[in-house]
Amino acid sequence: MIRRTFPILGVLTAVLLSYGLYEALIGAPTEQSMGDVQRIFYYHAPSAWTAFLLFGINFVASVVYLIQRSIKADIIALVTAEVGVVFCTVVLVTGPIWARPVWGIWWTWDIRLTSTLVLWLIYVSYLILRRFSSSGQTPLMAAVIAIFGALDVPLVYFSIRFFRTQHPQPVIGGEGSIDPKMLQVALINWAGFLCFACLVCWSRYRLELLQREVEETEALEALLDSRKAQ
Amino acid sequence: MNHVSHAAATPIIVIHDLVKQFGRFAALRGVSAEFVSGRLYAIVGENGAGKTTLLRSLAGLTRPTRGTISMLGTTDLRSVCRQVGYMAHPSLLYDEMAGMENLRYFARLYGIQDDERCAATITAVGLDPALTRPVGQYSQGMRQRMSLARAMIHDPRILLLDEPFSNVDAHSARQMTHLLKQLRDAGKTIFVVTHQASQLEHAADEFVQMEAGLITRRTRELMMAETP
Amino acid sequence: MSAITNVARASLSKDLRLEWRSKDAINSMLFFALLVVVIFSFSFDPTAEESRRIAGGLVWVAFLFAAVVALNQTWARELRNQVLDAYRVSPAPANALFLAKAFGNFIFVIVLETFMTPLFIVFYNLRALGPAYQLLIVSALGTWALVVNGTFFAAMSLRTRSREIMLPLLLFPISIPALLATVEATTAILTGDFSAKFWIVLLAAYNVVFTTACLLLFDTVLNAE
Repeated sequence: MIRRTFPILGVLTAVLLSYGLYEALIGAPTEQSMGDVQRIFYYHAPSAWTAFLLFGINFVASVVYLIQRSIKADIIALVTAEVGVVFCTVVLVTGPIWARPVWGIWWTWDIRLTSTLVLWLIYVSYLILRRFSSSGQTPLMAAVIAIFGALDVPLVYFSIRFFRTQHPQPVIGGEGSIDPKMLQVALINWAGFLCFACLVCWSRYRLELLQREVEETEALEALLDSRKAQ
Repeated sequence: MNHVSHAAATPIIVIHDLVKQFGRFAALRGVSAEFVSGRLYAIVGENGAGKTTLLRSLAGLTRPTRGTISMLGTTDLRSVCRQVGYMAHPSLLYDEMAGMENLRYFARLYGIQDDERCAATITAVGLDPALTRPVGQYSQGMRQRMSLARAMIHDPRILLLDEPFSNVDAHSARQMTHLLKQLRDAGKTIFVVTHQASQLEHAADEFVQMEAGLITRRTRELMMAETP
Repeated sequence: MSAITNVARASLSKDLRLEWRSKDAINSMLFFALLVVVIFSFSFDPTAEESRRIAGGLVWVAFLFAAVVALNQTWARELRNQVLDAYRVSPAPANALFLAKAFGNFIFVIVLETFMTPLFIVFYNLRALGPAYQLLIVSALGTWALVVNGTFFAAMSLRTRSREIMLPLLLFPISIPALLATVEATTAILTGDFSAKFWIVLLAAYNVVFTTACLLLFDTVLNAE
């Protein structure tokens, strides 16, 4: 069953992503004021949605880890943070590319852009912590930091929202009336991205699980060997 | 081999299949043992045999990978921590403070605010409570005794001592052995991890030999030939 | 509850006494703070009007650097001779130790700030146009915000390699809203252009959220091994 789901998901991802690409570049209508550059929206926004969802899963998995101390929850937290950071990076790269021709500036302290940047910083520090902490304590430390990061999100959001109203800046487009066709294309791309994220997380999950099993087996063998040696 | 039997007394500590894994290294590999109250146990063995890990597990400082420790009838070691005194290889004292200041602070961790009791404990280990020198300037022997005073400030029923005789001069070591015997006779259960097993030759009730993460032998007499 | 306050008081007074006896840390930190102020003054030489607008940021970035150096020393004394183990085997609640350390750091950083602030005022000719008493509230809240998480993360980074660098890597991202609020509130008070009230409320909320989180999770972090 599982063995078959994986290729099916792979094919589904490929189909959705190629259909999404076609729709984004050709199918969707050209935006009136921004022109073709607006088409980056179909990759920018779905990446952001995917990243936020993955960070949400990371938080839930971290809480579950703290309560149950289950290795699986820890691995889920790890892979969702990794993949989430990748999608978040896509958001942060496509944002300025879009902003430059539209507003004439690369970066603006817009609430969504800034919140995403802070989120990216928090989860990069999460991944660095995982790399640097001594092996036995990594899951616990990481889970704690993930919870601190999640608690920070609403505070970041409110502070930046008020910060912006203090210093008025151009607002990112997308508000107001959006063409239903545009929304549809964005949603197709989002579906594609979600499948893709699932695919990557899944592979990464299996890899990490195998890696830890190998380590455990090696430890067990060392234990048995030393017993035999006596 | 003169094995010891515990048929009569009920055990105060029961260890069952204790495993402690540090990454790929197993410090304890399935230790099971029972220890009865009011005895002085000497835990001997080579470096890396798992002696310190066993002691730290009993103190509740190390969470076992597998297996259980039941102490005074409970597996929740935190709930009986008032009954356990722990002396580690490092002194667990603040070098910048005098002996009495150190003890007064650690006593407060147990909810004890009684200067006389602190002074009495310091006197009991053979030191002068009026000494104002910071502990960092003590000799190794004095520091070890001060460390023992810290471990027993709350009058615990079980004492866990890790290498109390290391770098201690012969005279101090004799004094400490004498003190441990007194404590044992007063009904305390004492575990002493040591390299210098001969130090306890006529004091310990039982020698617990550890090898490669397992208890391999328990004897009443120290077997000198096999513990070089 | 009384056990917590009792142990926390004992632990805090022990730390303060030792700090006072050696004075090493506080002297070197005061000098470090002086250096930071002087270097900042070299780097930016604005007019009075400009300085009012940027001073909030400057001052708090300087405080932040000084605070991180201080925070990194938080647990140094408990690590020597592994005294922390003596604490862990005792029945004393973990939170008492955390509160003692956090208050200790708070006092330490406030002393640094009290020392640095007059220097900033002299170098930048600062004068608040808004209600100056609010600056006291902002400094207290802003300092606690840095210190409470800083103390917690310093305890966490004990369990990592290269722990000195780990602390700012963990602390800075999480502290962004607190820093932003502190800087904005300070600027608001200095320029008198707008009210600092929103930022003070946000800081208070930040402090409540993270103080609670620290107290709930510190036991787990202290006893991790």
